Amino acid sequence: MANRSETAFVRGSMIAPSLPPVSERGAVKWMRENLFSSVFNTALTVLGLLAVYLIVQASLPWLLNGVWNANSLGECRKIVEASAGEGAIGACWAMLRERWHQFLFGFYPRELYWRPVLALGLLFVALAPILYGDNRRGMLRLIGTVSVLTVLALIGVDGSWLHILVLAALLAVLLGLGAVAQGKLIWFTLLYPAIGFFLLWGGSVWGPVGTMFGFVILVAVYQALKSNFGVVVGTGAGFVMACIWWLAVQTTVTTFLAGIFDAGLEAVDSDQFGGFLLSLTIGVTAIATALPIGVMLALGRRSDMFLIKTLSVGFIEFVRGVPLITMLFTASLLLQYFLPPQTNFDLILRVIILVTLFEAAYIAEVIRGGLAALPRGQFEAGDALGLDYWQAQRLIVMPQALKISIPGIVSSFIGLFKDTTLVAFVGLADPLSGITRIVRADINWKGIYWEPYLFVGAIFFIFCFGMSRYSMYLERKLQTDHH
Amino acid sequence: MALATDLPKAGFRPSMLIYDTRYRSITIQVIVLLLVLAGLSWLVHNTVQNLAAKDKDINFGFLWNRAGYDIGQALIPYTNDSTHFRAAMVGLVNTLVLAFCGCVLATILGVIAGVLRLSNNWLVGRLMTVYVEVFRNIPLLLWIILAYVLLSEIPPTTAEFRASAALIAKGEAPTAAMMFGNTVALTNQSVNIPGPYFTRSIGGLSFGDFSISFNFLAVLAVVVGSVLANRSLVRNARAVHEATGVRPVTWWKSIAILAGPFAMLMLALGLSFQLPVFGKFNFTGGIAVSHAFTAMLIALSLYTGAYIAEAVRSGVVAISRGQSEAAYALGLRPGRTMSLIILPQALRVIIPPLISQYLNLTKNTSLGIAVSYLDLRGTLGGITLNQTGRELECMLLMMLIYLVISLLISLAMNVFNNSVKLKER
Repeated sequence: MANRSETAFVRGSMIAPSLPPVSERGAVKWMRENLFSSVFNTALTVLGLLAVYLIVQASLPWLLNGVWNANSLGECRKIVEASAGEGAIGACWAMLRERWHQFLFGFYPRELYWRPVLALGLLFVALAPILYGDNRRGMLRLIGTVSVLTVLALIGVDGSWLHILVLAALLAVLLGLGAVAQGKLIWFTLLYPAIGFFLLWGGSVWGPVGTMFGFVILVAVYQALKSNFGVVVGTGAGFVMACIWWLAVQTTVTTFLAGIFDAGLEAVDSDQFGGFLLSLTIGVTAIATALPIGVMLALGRRSDMFLIKTLSVGFIEFVRGVPLITMLFTASLLLQYFLPPQTNFDLILRVIILVTLFEAAYIAEVIRGGLAALPRGQFEAGDALGLDYWQAQRLIVMPQALKISIPGIVSSFIGLFKDTTLVAFVGLADPLSGITRIVRADINWKGIYWEPYLFVGAIFFIFCFGMSRYSMYLERKLQTDHH
Repeated sequence: MALATDLPKAGFRPSMLIYDTRYRSITIQVIVLLLVLAGLSWLVHNTVQNLAAKDKDINFGFLWNRAGYDIGQALIPYTNDSTHFRAAMVGLVNTLVLAFCGCVLATILGVIAGVLRLSNNWLVGRLMTVYVEVFRNIPLLLWIILAYVLLSEIPPTTAEFRASAALIAKGEAPTAAMMFGNTVALTNQSVNIPGPYFTRSIGGLSFGDFSISFNFLAVLAVVVGSVLANRSLVRNARAVHEATGVRPVTWWKSIAILAGPFAMLMLALGLSFQLPVFGKFNFTGGIAVSHAFTAMLIALSLYTGAYIAEAVRSGVVAISRGQSEAAYALGLRPGRTMSLIILPQALRVIIPPLISQYLNLTKNTSLGIAVSYLDLRGTLGGITLNQTGRELECMLLMMLIYLVISLLISLAMNVFNNSVKLKER
């Protein structure tokens, strides 16, 4: 062993480790690994940069030179050339400033815009108990946000402060109801279809009340008969009684009531609907009605009973085999043949019926996937507990199957929402081709193309992208097993 | 005294129809059958009454009447003197051509975008994510209309191609010019491309409405023959490879087999191209591909491509990392890992969503209505329907044809799916 005194030098402390070479750290390393790791990758990066550059080069001046104050496309171009020099291009947002309300509401009377806005706000309030279940804080947060946004939107579209104060008070009451008696809010959800209809179409208040009363009859008959005759007989009898009420009795009673006390809102005709108001009306109604029908079809498809299975499979496969457009044309051209002579009802309603049937077939396939993914043990456990078919479906099978199907249901809703633009082909004013055609036909805005499509596309993107992100969040939240 | 072991009476009581699970399903089915029959007869009764009120009947005879309208893109012989049936067939061919081209393009785009989205190149990955999300979240109709509007507003009008007397006097060229050495002209109405034709014909057969050209049959026979010959060549090479471990070089033989006979046939038949030329007011000669078709093709393939990219990506991601790690451990390079290990397994995951995307694309061709593309819906369900007023027959026939197309596509793709599916023993 060497003697200490012979050692020339001993370091008293460790030197700090030196940094990695420049090429192995920081931004350079990241770029080397992620952008230039091989010849092929470098080529891809260069191509990508080139694409980004070309897009930015073409669109940036156009966006920066945007004009908000003008009365026609020609005026827009003059302003752009005056400010940015000869031959410059610029977006003409002035068109949106003048026409935004048509893109959103179609030809809905301008002084009544508060009604669709309120209906949309209340839709989220009605959805809150379904989306959040027993998570009270989430629910209150949603209702609170929606209330504030609704009031702000109302201020934007309506001049009357009295209106706004009354509606804000209404929303505050709902928020309070959500805070105090959370379970009671589900009653608002059940009433929402009538409220939404009343707000959008207006007319006498007794129409929606009468229709809702039919459902009350259905539930009452079902409750009375269920214990003695079972679910199927109870539902069937309730449905028959409700139909009798709707078809034979309701009109007499509502006319009588309207004679005594006539309350209501100004009626709005269906052909005044348009833009995103129309898309949302059709989309939301269709998905809400298609969901229960889809569940029944999916159960029917998995049924042991030959006839029921055949009927379900036949319906699902037929509907999925034809394009939506043919269904829409059926609504506008053929439905009049299939219904009793002289029945003539609203085109929007006819379209909603056919779109609902269309969507139900797709939802049925999604839910069938969810059912197939459930382990057999779950069904057997239900049988072992002595539950009957409907109890087992309601308590054990469906909650799990629906959970598995959520991503599929949301993506088919996104598809449906995008497809509502097709109603333009049966003469309804959808935001995309219906309203845009009207705008482009205006002498002032003739020849405008990027701006309207960009605007409509952006709104669609926000809606659909938001929904898909929400479904991802929901999927993570509902994941109870360990992966 | 009755013992507990006594069996219940074997007799049948009516209450068993509801309470006994053996009979209940029969009861329910009978009731459902009765309800369905009642509903159907109600619909039929209404239809009969409505038809009688409008003085109409159900009769498909109108299909053999003169159509009387022109179709811009007719790939089988058609004039406005042809029958409605023939017009519907022209529409059907247009639908199928659009669907086929769309599927091919969308697959190419989708596979490229899906693989690039997974590449370790950060920039390209992000760009592909933007492409997929933007196209998936905006309605197809917007892309169709936008493509059509851009195609018909940006390119020069036909008048700008005209060399008028004033321009010639000044010695100037027209403001617009043809592209690619005067072979392709892009106007605001169509893309004019050279049209191939045969200078020599070896005759044909004609059966009334339908005629078959022997030229076409010869081309078909040569193509099918070369592909079959090439397959047997590759099979032989593989046999040799497996027996000896040395793979014979086949690429030049393959090229010779695939291209040689075809080139000879083309020479023999005198293949020639007719170039589009500017006539008095418009381009004549060559093939004019209408912007309706181009816009539909662009929009459909970009839109469906985004969905296919997503299917490809999820298929590749679904293969567990252990597979690629095992391949690297065996010393395979990344490219071969992808083509030999990952893709064959990912294919099984990718194919079912791919089938449904092909079906969607085919059904979406009916959106041609937005740009007046005369497909099946435009002819049979559009002009023919409006001219004859036979809504019931036209719609029924159209739905049936779409249904058959969908079922055929899903049948064909399911056969393919079964052939690549994991063979479990």
